[in-house]
Amino acid sequence: MNARLIIRIAKALLLARWKQTLVAAIGVTFSITMFITLLSFMTGLNDLLDGLILNRTAHIRLFNEIKPSLDQPINQSKDYKGSYNFIRSIKSGSSRQEIYNSQAIIQALRKDNRVAGVAPKITAQVFFNDGSIDITGVINGIDAREESSLFHFSDYVTQGNPLDIQNVSNSIILGKGLAAKLLANIGDVVLVTTAKQQQFSLKVVGFFQSGLQELDKVQSYASIGTTQKILGKPSDYVTDIQLKMVDINQAPPVAKEFAKLFNADAEDIQTANSQFETGSSVRSLISYSVGIVLLIVAGFGIYNILNMMIYEKMDSIAILKATGFSGLDVNRIFLVIALSIGFFGGLLGLFFGFLLSLFIDQIPFNTPSLPTIRTYPINYNPAFYLIASIFSLVTTYLAGWAPSRKASKVDPVIIIRGK
Amino acid sequence: MDESIVLQAEHINKSFHDPVTIPVLKDVSLIIKKGEFVSVTGKSGCGKSTLLYILSTMDTDYEGDLYIGGQAMRGRTEKQLARVRNESIGFVFQFHYLLNEFTVLENVMLPGLKLGIHSEVEVKDLAMDRLNTLGIQSLAAKKANQLSGGEKQRVAIARALINSPSIVMCDEPTGNLDKKNSLIVFDIFKKLAEENKQTLLVVTHDQEFAQNTHRTIEMEDGRIIKQ
Repeated sequence: MNARLIIRIAKALLLARWKQTLVAAIGVTFSITMFITLLSFMTGLNDLLDGLILNRTAHIRLFNEIKPSLDQPINQSKDYKGSYNFIRSIKSGSSRQEIYNSQAIIQALRKDNRVAGVAPKITAQVFFNDGSIDITGVINGIDAREESSLFHFSDYVTQGNPLDIQNVSNSIILGKGLAAKLLANIGDVVLVTTAKQQQFSLKVVGFFQSGLQELDKVQSYASIGTTQKILGKPSDYVTDIQLKMVDINQAPPVAKEFAKLFNADAEDIQTANSQFETGSSVRSLISYSVGIVLLIVAGFGIYNILNMMIYEKMDSIAILKATGFSGLDVNRIFLVIALSIGFFGGLLGLFFGFLLSLFIDQIPFNTPSLPTIRTYPINYNPAFYLIASIFSLVTTYLAGWAPSRKASKVDPVIIIRGK
Repeated sequence: MDESIVLQAEHINKSFHDPVTIPVLKDVSLIIKKGEFVSVTGKSGCGKSTLLYILSTMDTDYEGDLYIGGQAMRGRTEKQLARVRNESIGFVFQFHYLLNEFTVLENVMLPGLKLGIHSEVEVKDLAMDRLNTLGIQSLAAKKANQLSGGEKQRVAIARALINSPSIVMCDEPTGNLDKKNSLIVFDIFKKLAEENKQTLLVVTHDQEFAQNTHRTIEMEDGRIIKQ
């Protein structure tokens, strides 16, 4: 009964000054709209930019690095145990690039429930022969199906079917820049020479565009089998094992564990691409700051309007108190006014924020480096809407707190005697 | 304590302290019994309004004891005093203090809704009944700012009566009204006192008004000189 009465009085006071109320509510609506739009857009962009690298990068990569042995023979000799051994011009040993026992490792990894997916890979350095010119390039031997499901490979194949490298023997998907250099079209045959001077003819079945032009000028993709054939290696030859983790944050410790377990080098994505995370968090921070600043400005608007309303309604407050409303009741009336401005302004803000996001989502955004993107990216994360509504209520509550307190402290005797 | 005593004040003292201490009320004691129509008169500045606000529980800065319906008012919280005003005291001021955002009917209903012992429909009936008694039922649907001064004061009286208070306190109820409206308001008070046995305490400097009440308390320099 009391709550209903308080809401009723608050409503009457609000509607009596509906223009001021509207201005205050528009302030909240505007800031919430901008907050939502800014965050959705910024996060959309963040996801896009991160995705550019993170989606296509293995969370953990197992490989054998070519490097000189740390354990040189002289260090093992008992005669020189107590001395400092200076060795110059150490050469890397004839260590193999392939991962030992790769099939068993892959089997073991597939059983590990921290690992979401495993994709083997071979990299081969080759020359693409175009008449008398040799163009250096890299052929990545991949499993097209695994690569698509784990690293969105098919998204970046702009022409042709990515599965063709699996189905058509001796076929290749060329990077867009590389294809342009070679003047190769789909169906053409390109000639490659391996580092061991063996020549192969490969049929072009598609083009690939990663968004990073330098990459597209050298990269090409073939099936694992084809690559093994080019290199003249047996069918268990694999140089890289790429892992996708269930939880990306587990990558660094797990990478260390696997490096030890499988006696190979392991690199996690955080170490390889640390700059991306920094960029993302700074951008989010900026969006949140701008949104909060907008809300604080709206809060001051509400504060002003409530203060004015209290001065105007001194008489009403006095008579309410004289006829039996306590200071707490009066306090609540003005808090309800503040919160309803926050609530309805915020609600409209969420709606307009969503509309504005939808609109931005429709704006064409074509860039040659991002083949899969047609419009500006927007992230419709419900969490932003939740944060925005909590913020709008909290700010309006804080804005209404001081004026409401002041209203509750109005002394009816002073007002009534003052007339 | 005597059931018939509605309000009792004992040795009330009050001073204003700004900038120097000036005593306003000096050892004021009075008793108001049920059904009495009492007026308080005196020259401007004699402390009669100050006394009224202390008796009404709105001013709590005083020495002495105040009993309303046998209950001591000293040491009660602001919330409890608000409840006492809501339940037992009706107010009529010089200025009407109606809320312009509400209709006449709603203005009258507000203290009744605050009391919260009747449903909204019942409070509405009570309010219409009060408006009927005062002959202004036709104004019920109007907004407060559409009324004339005399009508507003009558609505204010209806509002004071909504919770059937044990005492109605009035501060110069006719101070802002012309002769004709003053007479109407006085007749209403007279009728309330005689027909409804409503206890009334009216502060006024209108001698004619005071002479027609049952009992007149005269004040001078913060003291009661005759009661």
